Amino acid sequence: MKELRLMKGNEALAEAAIRAGTDAYFGYPITPQSEIIEYLMHENPYERTGMVVLQAESEVAAINMVYGAAACGKRTMTSSSSPGISLKQEGLSYIAGAELPCIVVNIVRGGPGLGTIQPSQSDYFQAVKGGGHGDYKLIVLAPATVQETVDFVKLGYELAFKYRNTVMILSDGIIGQMMEKVELFEQMPRENKDYEWATVGKKPGKDSVIVTSLYLKSEDQEKLNFRLQAKYREIEKAEVRFETIMTEDAEYLFTAFGSCARITRKAMEMARAKGIKVGLVRPISLYPFPVKIFEELAPKVKGILTVEMNAGQMVEDVRLAVNGKTKVEHYGRFGGIIPSPEEILNALEQKIIGG
Amino acid sequence: MTEEIIIAGFGGQGVLSMGQILCYSGVMQNKEVSWMPSYGPEMRGGTANCTAIISDELISSPVLNRFDTAIVLNQPSMDKFEDAVKPGGLLIYEKNGITRTPKRKDINICAIEAYDASVKMNNTKVFNMIVIGGFLKIKPILDLENVIKGLKKVLPERYHNLIPLNEEAIKKGMDIITYENKL
Repeated sequence: MKELRLMKGNEALAEAAIRAGTDAYFGYPITPQSEIIEYLMHENPYERTGMVVLQAESEVAAINMVYGAAACGKRTMTSSSSPGISLKQEGLSYIAGAELPCIVVNIVRGGPGLGTIQPSQSDYFQAVKGGGHGDYKLIVLAPATVQETVDFVKLGYELAFKYRNTVMILSDGIIGQMMEKVELFEQMPRENKDYEWATVGKKPGKDSVIVTSLYLKSEDQEKLNFRLQAKYREIEKAEVRFETIMTEDAEYLFTAFGSCARITRKAMEMARAKGIKVGLVRPISLYPFPVKIFEELAPKVKGILTVEMNAGQMVEDVRLAVNGKTKVEHYGRFGGIIPSPEEILNALEQKIIGG
Repeated sequence: MTEEIIIAGFGGQGVLSMGQILCYSGVMQNKEVSWMPSYGPEMRGGTANCTAIISDELISSPVLNRFDTAIVLNQPSMDKFEDAVKPGGLLIYEKNGITRTPKRKDINICAIEAYDASVKMNNTKVFNMIVIGGFLKIKPILDLENVIKGLKKVLPERYHNLIPLNEEAIKKGMDIITYENKL
């Protein structure tokens, strides 16, 4: 019998973390994602699976605890919201340099600065283009439902360990706070595997394992970068995820990710009811970005409207993928304002069909 | 069937839990559901609201600005959401605390005196269940039996002895809701 529950996005994510066999969660509360650590503390996972849940003294401490746990080959994660994720950027860069696996959740709120606690998608650039220093990439997954939030925790660990890379779940206040039906996966065991790269004590006859992101010899640093770039090319080949809705006969396209894709889907349904043939492309992996589907669809449509809760970030990747083959415009609301389906439809009519 | 509902009132009136009860009941009736709360500073004493959607189909947007039904429990919510009801839709309002009655002529308008009724039942906590009863009388989208099942999911087990009282409150609401404008 499948276990169906009605859960808040944040609570479902926390439950999924326990069930995915997480060894350690380190966090620091911030709206709109405090339910994650609240739920974890309440569930007492130490008794359920032996999982460690620890409220760190700051976001910086939490990400460095993740760095440490990941260096020991543990399944580890942290979560925060935009201002807190900014604080974690140094740690993310170090973890990338040290080639370690972990999950970082960003329940995005409006910025810049301390901003607002309302939902936003203005951390797209930070998530997919860097944020910390150096040439590194995070695998970025953008759930649009509570169900996907749960599924991406499990998938996140698979990808993180396959590529020894950080996986970021880029969600927002809508998906974090809303309740939906969700099917939870069965409890998975905590792994306790011995990875050859993990620092769990030197074994007789084996070399010491050193986890570091410091290579003072430029040749060695370049070698690391070549290794990272080769890994990113592999990820770009194998891990692209997206969803297309009613694109077969589409004359126009919407594209949006996460919660915004759902609001845009409503606008698409309204447009279809008016006889406008519009489809929707929803990138699920924001890095690697689904370039090919845009290359494929761009020559077939009269224009693409990118809808985001930001001032125009993913639109740049859409334009790169489309490469001038059709018109690409952006419609966005920001600072915590959520666009309505009506205004999205209106933007399609003004900017793409009429423009 | 898709029913898009906004429920709005003061924090503490049980606005968020009303939406949750409707959604849990929807799950019990094999519907698709979505519940989206306001979670801003207004939660601490100002106006609170939630969007509850119950549908036979996959729900796209959990956030809306036009609704089939608005349930408003105080004046600021009336001011904010009267205009958000779709033409032909339904506005339900609690009479207590309303200083300006609704103006729309193109929607169904119902009034309920749920607070007074809850006082008469000696338990103001069932206020929101009376309102739910009123709503289900006008829009019978969920069976009472499934609402009770939903309540069992929302309420911690130690409160399950209160379920008969809640059922009584729902039936009370069904009795006392009245049309003020019927299309």
